[in-house]
Amino acid sequence: MSMSMLFLVMLVGVAATFYFCRQRSLSLASELGGIRHLHSLPVFYGVQAALWCAIPCLLIFGLWVVFDDAIIRELTLQYLTEEQRSLSANELQLLLSTIESITTGSSTVNDPQLIAISQHIVDFRSVSNLALSITVVCSLVGLSFWAWFKLKPENKARSNVERCFMLFLLLCSTLAIFTTVGIVFSVIFESIRFFQIVPIQEFIFGTQWSPQLSIRADQVGSSGAFGAVPLFTGTLLISAIAMLVAVPTGLMTAIYLSEYASSRVRSVVKPILEILAGIPTVVYGFFAALTIAPMIKNGLHGLGLDIAFLGVSIGPLEVSGESALAAGLVMGVMIIPFVSSLSDDVINAVPQSLRDGAYGLGSTQSETIKKVIFPAALPGIVGAILLAVSRAIGETMIVVMAVGTAAKLTFNPLESVTTVTVQMTTLLIGDHEFDSAKTLAAFALGLVLFIITLGLNFIALNIVKKYREQYD
Amino acid sequence: MTKPEIKTIDKVNRTLGKRYRAEKRFRLYGMLSIGFGLLCVLFLFTNIIGKGLSGFTYHYLQISVEMDATTLEISDTSDLNQILAGNYSAVVKRGAYEYFDVSSRRDKSAARKLLSVDGTGYLLQDRFKVDAKEIINTKSMVWALVDDKVDFYLKRLGEPGEPGKHEFSEKQLQWIHAAVESGDLQKRFNWAFFNNGDSAHSEEAGIRGAVMGSFYLLLVTLALSFPIGIATAIYLEEYAPKNKWTDLIEVNINNLAAVPSIIFGLLGLAIFLAFFGFPRSTPLVGGFVLTLMTLPTIIISSRASIKAVPPSIREAAYGLGSSKMQVTLHHVLPLAMPGMLTGTIIGLAQALGESAPLLMIGMAAFIPEVPTGVSDPATALPMQIFQWFRNADAGFSEKASAAILVLLMFLIVMNTLAVWARRRLERRW
Repeated sequence: MSMSMLFLVMLVGVAATFYFCRQRSLSLASELGGIRHLHSLPVFYGVQAALWCAIPCLLIFGLWVVFDDAIIRELTLQYLTEEQRSLSANELQLLLSTIESITTGSSTVNDPQLIAISQHIVDFRSVSNLALSITVVCSLVGLSFWAWFKLKPENKARSNVERCFMLFLLLCSTLAIFTTVGIVFSVIFESIRFFQIVPIQEFIFGTQWSPQLSIRADQVGSSGAFGAVPLFTGTLLISAIAMLVAVPTGLMTAIYLSEYASSRVRSVVKPILEILAGIPTVVYGFFAALTIAPMIKNGLHGLGLDIAFLGVSIGPLEVSGESALAAGLVMGVMIIPFVSSLSDDVINAVPQSLRDGAYGLGSTQSETIKKVIFPAALPGIVGAILLAVSRAIGETMIVVMAVGTAAKLTFNPLESVTTVTVQMTTLLIGDHEFDSAKTLAAFALGLVLFIITLGLNFIALNIVKKYREQYD
Repeated sequence: MTKPEIKTIDKVNRTLGKRYRAEKRFRLYGMLSIGFGLLCVLFLFTNIIGKGLSGFTYHYLQISVEMDATTLEISDTSDLNQILAGNYSAVVKRGAYEYFDVSSRRDKSAARKLLSVDGTGYLLQDRFKVDAKEIINTKSMVWALVDDKVDFYLKRLGEPGEPGKHEFSEKQLQWIHAAVESGDLQKRFNWAFFNNGDSAHSEEAGIRGAVMGSFYLLLVTLALSFPIGIATAIYLEEYAPKNKWTDLIEVNINNLAAVPSIIFGLLGLAIFLAFFGFPRSTPLVGGFVLTLMTLPTIIISSRASIKAVPPSIREAAYGLGSSKMQVTLHHVLPLAMPGMLTGTIIGLAQALGESAPLLMIGMAAFIPEVPTGVSDPATALPMQIFQWFRNADAGFSEKASAAILVLLMFLIVMNTLAVWARRRLERRW
């Protein structure tokens, strides 16, 4: 029986159990003289019985699917010869995958021994499949009969069902915790392995980044350089450019929309600006690389010639096609609605009485904003900016598409730099051997990124929270 | 004589002009920044649409092709294997030579290079798959795909510098222009772009595989994130006691909402691929990762809409003897559902446009086949755009722009749906 078929059978069985147990509770009730003699509504008896059947069957099914491959693998090992079994782990893995490809018919290996083993595997699989089907169907039938016979009017069906429901909700909500734990573990373990190969101080303070490893391990100079400072400066440079665009524009937009604009203007302009936040980053990356970068290159090239013409001795400007400026500008545009909507919330939270007080003293609208509202909203605005910075640091696609991979230690926005996220993707696209320093370096970078963004968010949320308490 | 006393009102009046100017300037800054934002939206869209629209069309040359059975090497039209292995390129080439009326080897080679012989061959093959018996040994007119260089050149005619012209010899240019004037070489809507999967040749490449991949991704994401997100929201709003554990859950959800998406890719790589051994590049794993990413969005908006349900409804239900589960499932949930749906659609729209985590789990791969299930290797729309963007071939950049338009269209539809759901279904209390 195929897995989906088995699943369907389970579904039908559970549904049948629900129906029959519900009917039975009704018939029991009519013997007693009405539905009010039951502890719970009939539907709860049905659901309770269905849960009793479904949960154990699903558990069996799940565990079986998880473990059967490992068990079959162990069973396969006994057919290997003595010397095959003493192979190293990698070679054994290779041998097993060869056998695996024979079973699927995609290999042309003609070794009679391997073909025999693959035949064994096919047999094991069919036996396992059959056994699983029988176990599940038997337990389903057994459990549903058990539920049928155990059904009594005084069963606390509703309480049981409610407890299960509550447990399910709790389980779902703990997924957030598991995700965080999963992120922390996956990043930390690989990072620790990386720091065993490359010392941590070299990673954090080193200024050379060239992760290209040689192909063979015994080659001379096989360890690349893993100094991440150029990546950090590159990330900072691009984020700074983005912030230079996004913060003034976003802030002024928020101020204008919340203090000056009529509600009609507001209701038109705000959604249009929000569009910027909804455009996928891959589109921004495309735009940055194919439109903005050439514009900057061509525009500044002309400018460079002009400067040379005037005789100023800085020479023609060298503009890279993958300049940090293009990526930073586009990223800034992307972040504008983020900054403006967050600051909008903060500015709107400033109580009207502060504004009225300032107007009463004769200040103009802009003076009220600059001298009263802005200082009052400052903590919230700082929080918003910090959140925006953390988004800029973690942004991936724009920089992957518009920025190069050469790690240069520079603060010139017209040169090509590289960022943490760009390096993570370049290191991980392609082979996934989990023991080379190259792959592990990506996880170490991920750890740095995670810590920085988490820290920024933590600080920002705390600032915002503290500020809110003042006026509530 | 005493000096005339300077009154405060004079001081105020003296600075008044300056203050009003400052006020105007400030207002201008605000208008300018809004103008800048609107200009960005306008520029972005005109730029992308301008680039992308040409990707939906392609140049075709009408030639007459003789479907000669011996040249095609098809003896039995009912044998699918023979039809699949047929030598379609040979008949296309012959048709091309006939059209351009060439006989020398050099001319033949020059004529051949103007057409995408293999791409046209696939078109013929598709036609043979449907009714081979009817068309074999007949002569029929075929719209043959031109080479992507020809397409590039023709689409940019009249631009300064004549891009793409240097690729052709004098004779080839003559041929091209003659064909254009006679109406045999036309720009037509490129259906292959919607019907094909990815291809190594830009003229045959299409987005069908990517669209289906994205569809399966969203299917997995929806199937997981909607129930889990709603369950979490219900738990936190209706059930959770005020204790450390609940605080921990809330802090985690808020933090996950701000974790960069690439980190989720690392999680998928280390946990789902390396630890659990799920197959790479499948919508299943991609859906898992996107689920974890969109969950905070869905949870936060679902909680807001549960909070908006007035307590009086709950109390009335309790008063009639409902249990907690009944109150939640029969009264609170249906009333909060429109808001939850809006949040879910917005979350899915985010997931559709997301690329960085998919990059990490190997969905940026060359996969020509159209996926037929959640466990087939697949790519997604943003990944396809990225792939084509990285391809140095000029034809692919145009395809990427066209794919961006398709992606944006999907996003616009989803967001409009969300806005509609909010306006139409949501109840104000």
